[in-house]
Amino acid sequence: MSVGAPKIPVVVTEVVQVNDLIKRFRFQRRDGDAMPTFSGGAHVVVEMDDHGTRRMNPYSLMSAPSDTSGYEISVRRDDVGRGGSLYMHTHVQPGMEMVLSHPVNLFPLDNRAKKHLMIAGGIGITPFVAQMAQLQAMGGRFELHYSMRSPALGAYAQVLKAHYDDRVHLYYDEEKQFIDLKNLLKGQPLGTHLYVCGPKGMIAWVRATATEMGWPALSVHSEEFLAPPVGKAFEVQLAASGKTITVAPNQSLLEAMEANGVEAPYLCRGGACGQCETEVHRCDGHIDHNDHWLTDEQKASNTKIMPCVSRFAGAALVIDR
Amino acid sequence: MSLDFNDETFRNDFTFKNSPKAIKRFPFPFPEDSYMYSVNMEPHVPGPKGSVFEHMFDVDEHYVAEMRDRAQVLADDPLRCQSLPHMELAGWDLLELIMESKARDYPQWFELHKNGNHWHWINRPLQIEQKFTFMDPTTLPCGPMEYITRQTQGDFTLQDQRDENLWVEAGMVTTQADWSLDFDIGMNFHQWHAPVPKAHEMGVFDRALKFLLKLQHGAPVRRFNWTMTVDPLLDTSPENYPKWGPGKTTMTPETIGSRQHLRVELQTLHRLPRSNAIAFPIRCYLIRFEELVTVPKWGRRLHRVIRDIPDELATYKGFLRNKPLMVDYLAQFDDGAPTSPGFWAD
Ligand code: FES
Repeated sequence: MSVGAPKIPVVVTEVVQVNDLIKRFRFQRRDGDAMPTFSGGAHVVVEMDDHGTRRMNPYSLMSAPSDTSGYEISVRRDDVGRGGSLYMHTHVQPGMEMVLSHPVNLFPLDNRAKKHLMIAGGIGITPFVAQMAQLQAMGGRFELHYSMRSPALGAYAQVLKAHYDDRVHLYYDEEKQFIDLKNLLKGQPLGTHLYVCGPKGMIAWVRATATEMGWPALSVHSEEFLAPPVGKAFEVQLAASGKTITVAPNQSLLEAMEANGVEAPYLCRGGACGQCETEVHRCDGHIDHNDHWLTDEQKASNTKIMPCVSRFAGAALVIDR
Repeated sequence: MSLDFNDETFRNDFTFKNSPKAIKRFPFPFPEDSYMYSVNMEPHVPGPKGSVFEHMFDVDEHYVAEMRDRAQVLADDPLRCQSLPHMELAGWDLLELIMESKARDYPQWFELHKNGNHWHWINRPLQIEQKFTFMDPTTLPCGPMEYITRQTQGDFTLQDQRDENLWVEAGMVTTQADWSLDFDIGMNFHQWHAPVPKAHEMGVFDRALKFLLKLQHGAPVRRFNWTMTVDPLLDTSPENYPKWGPGKTTMTPETIGSRQHLRVELQTLHRLPRSNAIAFPIRCYLIRFEELVTVPKWGRRLHRVIRDIPDELATYKGFLRNKPLMVDYLAQFDDGAPTSPGFWAD
């Protein structure tokens, strides 16, 4: 990775089918050493060799941060996406050797909080599983509200409930149970921090409700990594390396650069962290800015692009890589 | 005291000195004949054997004496070590990082044995042996940051990261070059750096902050800073100015070689794993001019750097008054010969 932390060579030691859509994977170091410690909310980038295509997908770590014998992630199968999750579901078996990035935390707990209020939707539960384990060990105060489609698809719901009891509240869409957010936010002690991870709509709803109720923006935290969208192929000129490359329909610009031997910086690969921000020298056409990083003005001016998620259509795009 | 460590003082009779070996490995900070303020960070990866970069935390011949000096500073002024309550976790992270590094890099001096959370730490140079429970502060004589930084050279600050900024919220600061933990605690990155002249115009801190917010665990970085100190005084804090400030006015052409010291800070930055905070060790190395000029390349170069430095920077670094004396003294060691690029001695 461009910022320099060494990658971690691992072997898959466990693959568990959690429900129809979700599988859990456990990785241990090939050399038997301990994994680096991490903080709840951190993710790793998993490298996959998908029949010649290098895929690198970020997944939140869900194992206990104090457990350095291995890391665990959960992957939800996405049948219409670009294939990273399908690869994990169909090809990854115990015993297989893979490579992980060093963990990075873009969704950390605010350690000053008097209480941590967590709102999870679906697979968005995973960073909270690690955070709750960390808070439990440190005696921190927390409460989880976890909404999912049905009991059958609610990964870890029962385990968490059994473990943390009345600090965990479950909501099933199919049973018409919904989080009563307004009342929930109203009853919180001063110094509470609010965290949300889940589908786009849920994050927007939680953020909007909190703002409306006067919560300070700095005590509301969310994490949403986007999967790089698929689209039409396009061509990009890389000014610094003097190459012209083609980005395939199911490839991101970042991946296309990497496939052409151009190492570019990244951390989240999902349009959230800002690390891959790149200067645009010339844009004769239209950039689909799919990220959460650039401001609306920056997007409109087409002077920057986030290669991990954004695409282009038009006559010419020249960027500073 | 064993042969590895000097018996010396950084106050009163000032018996501090560098052995020929320590001079040779001194981190001379000027890679060329002129100096410009910059944030020039590079990965803190192991450097050449014997250099101050060889290990994550350098332990040198001054270790024991520096730790003795720290204990005295703390006895006089306990506020030199502070930690806001939410930074205790970062303190444990730091304790672990230092103990693991030292036990790995200097097995002849340090040992760490772990059995789950039951840890056993041995520090031979300071004759400390401690059994404690990791993450349980009641099993240590003081908080984890204070405990380990009483046994580690260099000042330390711990920065919490939130709201797209870094906040100085814990630290052990007894060897600082004229800044104060008590004054700076709670400040964010920009407030903390406000006094550096010109740096804002150049936008260097915006870029540095952006870089640091993305600093990764397992990928520490480093940079140098430097200043000048009269007499080998580690503790040149603002609180203590009356004790060290007047020394500058008593310098003469006869004493400058022995009393004037180049003070170099090796600053490293480490992302901490559990707390997601950033540790900022600031390690101070002192060398008197007389010692420094025994390396001909450094004598020539330091002369050129000091001669050409803008007064504004000399003022900021606090040596404008003695600059002419320094230049005169150093000129004897500059025959005008070209110097080789980079900072290593030839
Ligand atoms: S890598 Fe994080 S925004 Fe692109």
